[in-house]
Amino acid sequence: MKDKNSVGNVLRVATGVCLVCAVIVSTAAVTLRPFQEENRATFRQLNVLQAAGLHEPGMDVALAFERIERRIVDFDSGEYVDPPGGFDPVRAVRDPAQSNALSGDPAGIGRRTHYGEVFLARAEDGTLERVILPVHAYGLWSTMYAFLALEPDLRTVSGISFFEHGETPGLGGEIENPRWQENWVGKQVRDEDGNVRFRVDRGRTPEGVADADHRIDGLSGATITSRGVENMVQFWLGEQGYGPYLARMERRLEIGEVL
Amino acid sequence: MAQLKAREVLFAPIFANNPIALQILGICSALAITTKLSTTITMCAAVIFVLTFSNYFVSLIRNMIPSNIRIIVQMTIITALVIVVDQFLQAFAFQLSRELSVFVGLIITNCIVLGRAEAFAMQNPPLISAIDGLGNALGYSVVLLAVGFSRELFGSGSVLGAQILPLVAEGGWYQPNGLMLLPPSAFFLIGGFIWILRSYRTEQVEKEPFEIGPNTRTSPAF
Repeated sequence: MKDKNSVGNVLRVATGVCLVCAVIVSTAAVTLRPFQEENRATFRQLNVLQAAGLHEPGMDVALAFERIERRIVDFDSGEYVDPPGGFDPVRAVRDPAQSNALSGDPAGIGRRTHYGEVFLARAEDGTLERVILPVHAYGLWSTMYAFLALEPDLRTVSGISFFEHGETPGLGGEIENPRWQENWVGKQVRDEDGNVRFRVDRGRTPEGVADADHRIDGLSGATITSRGVENMVQFWLGEQGYGPYLARMERRLEIGEVL
Repeated sequence: MAQLKAREVLFAPIFANNPIALQILGICSALAITTKLSTTITMCAAVIFVLTFSNYFVSLIRNMIPSNIRIIVQMTIITALVIVVDQFLQAFAFQLSRELSVFVGLIITNCIVLGRAEAFAMQNPPLISAIDGLGNALGYSVVLLAVGFSRELFGSGSVLGAQILPLVAEGGWYQPNGLMLLPPSAFFLIGGFIWILRSYRTEQVEKEPFEIGPNTRTSPAF
């Protein structure tokens, strides 16, 4: 080679290396995408099951998920809907036709889709065991995604599972600690009138307070994350979230309808 | 002669010229991903793959690379390999790739990888470069596995997830050492590793750069 530092050779080598690397990287990304998407879907199902308390280590997630029914809900009316072409929450939130900007936005999520997913877990005989709602809100650094599972009375929490967040490991990141998530089990997030009543304390909930059922221990060193979690529950169970749906479900329960 | 050299290139970095213990390179990832042995093994495998092939490919085109853009060319090759590894992990070891999170991507900035490309692969033919990459990656792995094994055993009482020391919390007798789960413990363990290695191979002990002379003159202030 005459002069490998000539401008022509610099451009030639740079272009060649970039082209070859680009081809390798995109081939890997494209051929492996189906596997990755399957993994993500399974991971989401796994978290639905975990929130519902139906997950045991080593179980077949896809098989267990067959007992879970996925329905789509219209947030404003609280009715089940069946949109033609299905509903993809990830795509819908970016589509102006399927979502709207929020005016008061306590959860810090910007836009809310018109429809939302609901997962209904049923026992062998078809009776409703759990209602699992996907919820998300902004914490300190990141949007936190979780599944919140309610008992069939639609007031008692049966479990929560945070599955995606970017909070500080060791502080806000403790939202994914199973020991903290255990605190949620049995808490009441709505009162008898169907209003949201829930709060995340600063530090531990004091002993002997009257509304201890509606309160949960905060995470120390993670005040803003804890507040984000509180806002998340307030928003998604409230009027702009699943509130109308839960109210409608409760009325149906009162008249003894089998859900 | 060539045969002997290949063996030397492969095995020297493991104890005699270990990239972590002697050159103190690449310890950032050693702190972050060694709380569990399973993530440690995955990380080692990823580094072995990246380092071997980056050395090979850099060496393959070493005579064409213009010297003024050589670092960026090396980085492009390393980055492409790391992305491929990351994509593979996401496809076939999803849980592990979530646990390793950003640290797979950070192999790109692992000083050992760029260091070997620049120091060895730019001067030597492809095959011996690949062997050098493999050897250095093995040297890195030996330290990481030792750290990962100790941290999981003493921090969680288990090895590869199987309980070895029954924990007090579960009715056993072993009180886990919480420090082992925190990143600084890796410093202590790597320090211990270096200490053991240098008491065995005394030629690795660094010479004091200077010696404090005896105090021969009393200060006039007294």
